Amino acid sequence: MSSTALTIQNITMQFGGVTAIDNLSFEVKEGEIYGLIGPNGAGKTTIFNIITGNYQPTKGDILFHNETITGTKPNLVVQKGIARTFQNIRLFKTMSVMDNILIGFHNRSRYSYAEAILRLPRYFGQERKIRAEAMAILNEFDLTSFAEHRATDLSYGNQRKVEIARAVATDPSLLLLDEPAAGMNPSETEDLSTIIHKIKKDFNLTILLIEHDMKFVNNMCDLVTVLDYGEKIFDGKPADAIVNEKVITAYLGDFTHA
Amino acid sequence: MKQTLLKTLLIIASLWLVYLVNSTMDSYTLSIFNNIGIFAILALSYNLINGVTGQFSLEPNGFVAIGAYVTALFLIPAETKVDMFALVDPAPSVLAMSAGFLPALLIAGIVSASLAFILSVPVFRVRGDYLAIVTLGFGFIIRIFAMNSPAYTNGAMGLNDIPEYANFLWIGTIGVITFVVMIHIINSKFGRAMKAVRDDEDAAIAMGINTYKIKTISFMTSAFFEGIGGGLLASFLSTIAPDQFTFLLTFQLLIIIVLGGLGSMSGTLLATILVMGGMEWLRFLDDDMSIFGYHTGAHPGMRMVIFAVLLIILMLFARKGLFGDRELSEIIKSKFKRRDA
Amino acid sequence: MDFSTFLQQLVNGISLGSMYALIAIGYTMVYGTLRLINFAHGDIMMVGAFLVYLADAVGLPFPVAVLAGIAGAVVVGILTDKIAYKPLREAPKISLLITAIGISFFLENLFNVLFGGVPKAFPAPEYLTSSFKLGEVILPLMVIVIPIITVLILGGVLWVLYKTKYGMAIRALAFDIPTVKLMGVNADYIISLVFGLGSALAAIGGIFYAISYPSIDPLMGIIVGLKAFAAAVLGGIGSVTGAVLGGFILGFTEIFVVAMFPELGGYKDAFAFFFLILVLLFRPTGILGEDLDRGRF
Repeated sequence: MSSTALTIQNITMQFGGVTAIDNLSFEVKEGEIYGLIGPNGAGKTTIFNIITGNYQPTKGDILFHNETITGTKPNLVVQKGIARTFQNIRLFKTMSVMDNILIGFHNRSRYSYAEAILRLPRYFGQERKIRAEAMAILNEFDLTSFAEHRATDLSYGNQRKVEIARAVATDPSLLLLDEPAAGMNPSETEDLSTIIHKIKKDFNLTILLIEHDMKFVNNMCDLVTVLDYGEKIFDGKPADAIVNEKVITAYLGDFTHA
Repeated sequence: MKQTLLKTLLIIASLWLVYLVNSTMDSYTLSIFNNIGIFAILALSYNLINGVTGQFSLEPNGFVAIGAYVTALFLIPAETKVDMFALVDPAPSVLAMSAGFLPALLIAGIVSASLAFILSVPVFRVRGDYLAIVTLGFGFIIRIFAMNSPAYTNGAMGLNDIPEYANFLWIGTIGVITFVVMIHIINSKFGRAMKAVRDDEDAAIAMGINTYKIKTISFMTSAFFEGIGGGLLASFLSTIAPDQFTFLLTFQLLIIIVLGGLGSMSGTLLATILVMGGMEWLRFLDDDMSIFGYHTGAHPGMRMVIFAVLLIILMLFARKGLFGDRELSEIIKSKFKRRDA
Repeated sequence: MDFSTFLQQLVNGISLGSMYALIAIGYTMVYGTLRLINFAHGDIMMVGAFLVYLADAVGLPFPVAVLAGIAGAVVVGILTDKIAYKPLREAPKISLLITAIGISFFLENLFNVLFGGVPKAFPAPEYLTSSFKLGEVILPLMVIVIPIITVLILGGVLWVLYKTKYGMAIRALAFDIPTVKLMGVNADYIISLVFGLGSALAAIGGIFYAISYPSIDPLMGIIVGLKAFAAAVLGGIGSVTGAVLGGFILGFTEIFVVAMFPELGGYKDAFAFFFLILVLLFRPTGILGEDLDRGRF
């Protein structure tokens, strides 16, 4: 019985008069690929923002490895081992692919400002180390040839991979992927599927992802929670979700068949 | 290793050039070099917070003023101060201030950096674009304090007889040091973090970066070197007064870093020469001109109108400036790659 | 402080506060809609005052000159947006801010070249610069005129904002420009309206200032502009009532602190700066404001 990585515990989120999330609870076990799905506006990205500390929930708690992390500042949430990607790819536009990945290593490289300015040995040692590790990550994603390219010069699919690679570089145990397959054609989506399975294994990750594309979800996820208007309407296996009446009704008009 | 060797050679070559210029040029040419040198130091520092970290700030005239006054007060001997302070007697602490040139400069830098740290707390903890307004106000406040504290600053009369230690050996060497320091910062995790804050602060936070800390470090570093630049200015001009540190100084530095390319240190160097040269060359615009027999009359300030228009045109049509956000070395490298491919 | 001095300082405070309020409204409206600190706004105040001076110099009667000055300032304000800010709507924020500083510097130096840097006497007519007696106190007429007109203007602005469809569009823009456009509103037209309105108010504030401290110079807009922005932040950036509140708080503070501690007189221009720092430290949204800049995810 694997242990629990992430617990969403009775989370309610209200913005002014609007209830974006209503008493949501679910659990993600270690090593799972868990899907958070639902039609547009159901509140999925809001949940991510609550987990990452960008929003403070009105009620409820987030537990990570049984430690309450609700309201922890976003940059500290990363240090606890949770990394995320964004719905609209947010790479650092003026920087190379390698530099984008190296940002993920920021907290893992241990040299001081003075050591950087004076170019003391620690600077060289640490830079060498993180560059080697960054290259290894790029290798996982099959992106080594693009290392020195400006991040925005890459194709959309590759940019998405860089964003995920950057998140992996922070050495997380939980990876939050916000619509990773958005805007991708079928072959890119398949490529992405393969890579996500691969990095899960190689980096020992638990993955929580938000998606629309049911085929992708069916291929990827062990379990799913379906949201509609901020409420949970289904919990369980993706294959069962597809045929569930409530889920079908929620998606009517916005549904991609598996 | 090859890169480090090349870099060391370049630094040695630059320092040797500094020595050469200092020993061979006549005093008029030297004063031009000195002017450009000081502005280069200020512009390179300004580029760090504005160009590399992307935080729009108008701080230079404030920190330059502080650096200038602190350095001047440490350099001017006590007896001279007693004679010079015309409005009231100098404060005892002022009389006690005495130090060599390098210590005085370092203290000037540290004082500026400390004030920058204090300003960072209200400004960087809050989202929004308050840095510009706060630093704009800061520049004014410093002048107000300079004018209203005659026991410390001799008020509007300013300080003169500042020992002239600042020759091109000092200015050029400190210039080379400033440039190297900036490049070292940029090519480190700190520089990467600063650029990340510039490109997308929310994403930077999402990657674990303490953006408040990064912005503060960047701001303090800019302030440190601007303070030193101010000290060099004081020792170079030998006389300083509150009205020398107006927004005009900041504006000139702003044009320089925009023209060179926000974030590019080599661009800033090139732009300093161009803008300082341009300012001199366009001086004729301030005088009476004869255009097709029509006399325009002397209009001091016409030059600055042109420069203001230049800045606006740059922002509208050539926002990336000369080198964009890349250094000259990267531009050359990419041109070579193009040829190979 | 005896009563008559108190009364004198009170009305001085109201006057000064009104001027700051009028200029602060323009800052807060532009920041609210575009998230832009329009550095050139303080200079619009100067432009208004100078255009009245110019109109008077060519022989126009004062009331006409005032209208000309306000109209001219409105034109300059709207043109500034169209020429310099609109092309940069999608550009990174720093470009916009740099351009705004450029415009500010441009206006200051242009008017310096056109009119010279020496302060000019503002041609205020006799009937406005006269004084009257209230009990034992002698008060300039302007200290009554300014607050009354300011209150009327404030009422007018609030009416426009809350009772007309244009005002509703302005308030909607403050939330979300793309959505407003999708609703069929011509966002550019509304933004021009914001700049025009703000510039008109700044010009009026500038004229009041010029009548009360009867000399004008090309740099008069900078300090007053800076202080007005601080007032807007103090009251709550994005809120028109906040801008007015902040303006009055600042005006009163400047007058009364100097009245009670004359040795602080040289520092009065620094008060605004300290208010700004205090607000940012303890209540960044200002007295009446809301958090406009919560990161968008």
